[in-house]
Amino acid sequence: MSTAIDLAPEKPALLSPLNQRRLANFRANRRGWWSLWIFLVIFVVTLGAEFIANDRPILVSYKGELMVPALVDYPESKFGGFFATTNFRDPFIAEEIAANGWMLWPPVRFSYNTVDSYVAFSGANPPSWLLTREQLCQRYPLGVEDPNCVPGNFHFLGTDDRGRDVLARLIYGFRISVLFGLVLTVVSSVIGVVAGAMQGYFGGWVDLIAQRLIEIWTSIPALYLLLIISSVIAPSFWVLLGILLLFSWVTLVGIVRAEFLRARNFEYVNAARALGVSNRVIMWRHLLPNAMVATLTFMPFILSGSVATLTSLDFLGFGLPPGSPSLGELLAQGKNNLQAPWLGLTGFFTIAIMMTLLVFIGEAVRDAFDPRKTFR
Amino acid sequence: MSAPLLSVRDLSVSFGPHEAVRNVSFDIAPGETLALVGESGSGKSVTALSVLKLLPPTARIDGDIRFEGENLTTATEAALRAVRGNRVGMIFQEPMSSLNPVHTVGKQIGEVLAVHQGLRRNAARARTLELLDAVGIPDPASRLDDFPHQLSGGQRQRVMIAMALANDPKLLIADEPTTALDVTVQAQILDLLKTLQRQNGMAMLFITHDLSIVRRIADRVCVMTKGEIVESGPVGTIFADPQHAYTKHLLAAAPRGVPLEPAPDARKVVEAAELKVWFPIRRGLFRRTVGHIKAVDGVDLAIQKGETLGVVGESGSGKSSLGYALLRLIPSQGRIVLLGNDVQSRSWRALRPLRKHMQIVFQDPFGSLSPRMSVGQIVEEGLGVHFPHLTRAERADKVAAALREVGLDPATVNRYPHEFSGGQRQRIAIARALVLEPELLVLDEPTSALDVSIQAQVIDLLRDVQARRQLSYLFISHDLRVVRALAHRLIVMRNGKVVEAGLAADVFAAPRQDYTRQLLAAALDIVPPAADALPSAPRTD
Repeated sequence: MSTAIDLAPEKPALLSPLNQRRLANFRANRRGWWSLWIFLVIFVVTLGAEFIANDRPILVSYKGELMVPALVDYPESKFGGFFATTNFRDPFIAEEIAANGWMLWPPVRFSYNTVDSYVAFSGANPPSWLLTREQLCQRYPLGVEDPNCVPGNFHFLGTDDRGRDVLARLIYGFRISVLFGLVLTVVSSVIGVVAGAMQGYFGGWVDLIAQRLIEIWTSIPALYLLLIISSVIAPSFWVLLGILLLFSWVTLVGIVRAEFLRARNFEYVNAARALGVSNRVIMWRHLLPNAMVATLTFMPFILSGSVATLTSLDFLGFGLPPGSPSLGELLAQGKNNLQAPWLGLTGFFTIAIMMTLLVFIGEAVRDAFDPRKTFR
Repeated sequence: MSAPLLSVRDLSVSFGPHEAVRNVSFDIAPGETLALVGESGSGKSVTALSVLKLLPPTARIDGDIRFEGENLTTATEAALRAVRGNRVGMIFQEPMSSLNPVHTVGKQIGEVLAVHQGLRRNAARARTLELLDAVGIPDPASRLDDFPHQLSGGQRQRVMIAMALANDPKLLIADEPTTALDVTVQAQILDLLKTLQRQNGMAMLFITHDLSIVRRIADRVCVMTKGEIVESGPVGTIFADPQHAYTKHLLAAAPRGVPLEPAPDARKVVEAAELKVWFPIRRGLFRRTVGHIKAVDGVDLAIQKGETLGVVGESGSGKSSLGYALLRLIPSQGRIVLLGNDVQSRSWRALRPLRKHMQIVFQDPFGSLSPRMSVGQIVEEGLGVHFPHLTRAERADKVAAALREVGLDPATVNRYPHEFSGGQRQRIAIARALVLEPELLVLDEPTSALDVSIQAQVIDLLRDVQARRQLSYLFISHDLRVVRALAHRLIVMRNGKVVEAGLAADVFAAPRQDYTRQLLAAALDIVPPAADALPSAPRTD
């Protein structure tokens, strides 16, 4: 009997039985499970946006030297020019490199801010699959025979009214939207959980006063305030994040507070108090896991809400600085160029699909954490 | 015996692959009381519910249930409705949740009368008054328009009985009707059922886990375990001469043994004087304190090393609040001295070093263990606070020793609470307290949520631990039989005040106060010294 017992699990189980059940529940919701995978694939792919849509080649071999222009800025002097940065789309540079090596271009040869000077028409250009090859290449010096008349230089989803590639802007815009949403969700959840935990655990006056303050705070019309602030401060990614954070952290306070209020008198919490465990440890070890269920359930919905807020601000022109790739700006372009419906349609479908995926994932998470859901 | 009123043959009930009841057969003659006894999970309630087909639709019922010759297993819903609440009445365990909280008592009884007898308005009202009077509700006319929450637990159960009896049923099915009630109320309800049964000449199917109630009320008894009836017969025979091993086990399971004698001049471990737990009642805009709910109102106590102080009282008497206040888990006024240290004046942080000397075991073994922590983590938690210098291996050794001491295999450290039975969980909770080597252990109804046979084991364990470690217990319980097996001294509480205090043996032998006498009579008279001294249950025929 006196064998030494190690407290660490002999076979470290990755997930507790409860979490295994939750994972199984999540996977049982096929729609949510597939949505998660589709979303993850799109997200991971757009994370590498520079390698998919860029006005610089991914790899260049020039005079035996291997270069990665997608990641590094090379001065033009390297290729016999005199500008500080190299424009690889410049025919002179392209010929120079072609003569002394090779270039590997990404599938889309435009970045979000590249203005294509060889577009077929002025203004917004329709998607390439609506045009003939002759039309697409009519502005190139050699027409259809031009070496640049390749699919990488076509605009699969057309261009906006400034000749920028919609697909490239979409890829970059999706990335920035999701990243913005994720950061906002995580930071506001952390703040919300801490605030809710304090109120719920200590209760009494702390709770009473904090609740009233939050009520006053939430009665401020956030969107108007945002408009005012962003017309004073030049909005950047982080400024915008900070402003939105001011109002988004309250979403979770209510539910976390309720969970803590409910659980703080559980017998095992009382038992921990009787053991002399400190408040902070009790909150972290015993109460937080209870609140995490509610928090995790809400997170996908907060994420989609954050993305929607950013999009609406961009649409109104108070969002990210001008020139940034953004879905809202794409929608605004669509509104201003009704003669080019591909702009609005692209923006609409992208946002609709993204939101739908997020909501489906959220529903599956909610189901997975639902203790009353019977598991078949 | 005449033709049976209810005859159950080869009843099997299964929920999916799980068979809850297997081949159960019994008869009830008119006017007879049959008790179904068993521990939780034995299938006794399922059996009772299947008689009226009140089980969820997932249940599969096989066998033959005949009531007055009519086969209920094949009966249509309409035919069943004519039986339910009419010829067969039913009482449930929880009087609060069995009554609809948004309808008045009169309306709910009236509904039964309207459905089965077509009585309306004045006729229904007159009959309702008659029924409420019959079940012993004082001044029924004024109670008619009360809502369930305005009644006490006992009164609610009386209303339930009135509803069950409204249509003069031939058979009354009572599913643990007294389990949720205090002992004195329990006794009253049992007396009431017995009287009403005699008056109306109805038969009763009485489901309970409590053998003392069986002795008091039943004519015949069926002992169930694991979905099967293992033994049945007249009450006297079963109690005097049980045949089946399980029945013997159940009968022997009542908490037994006598408390150990502590050393006569042992030092005082804890002392409290004028202890008060007052919850303020606040009213109005400025939350002015207009009064107090006096949960504990001026209690003095002292416990010596190796001694058990029993605290008994009915629900709401403040006995649990007393235990919590002693550990400063709820705020209180008055002096508390633990091992010569003043507990009340210390800050929460300064109190921490003292906490390892005083520990608590809670009533509900399902609620007191965090479902997200393994047994090892649960037991170890206090060590991290009080013995932070211990190495991992030393901590593991201490946890293993504590688990061994409470009779658990130390190899179970990596398992989670939900994998254990109620008794085992209570052992884990005790191990969590013992690992800190406390001087004082507050036991807040540690056996109430457990089956009788498990209760006895936990009591034996507590006594062993006390003998080995010279621990002091504050043992809080409403169950006098359990207290008698463990406590040296006793305080009886009522409405926050100590009604009577003294040596346990003295209080049990010669209670000085009326209330104590009443409590003892209700709780212990049900256990006569020998089964043959049992007065034979009155029969109506």
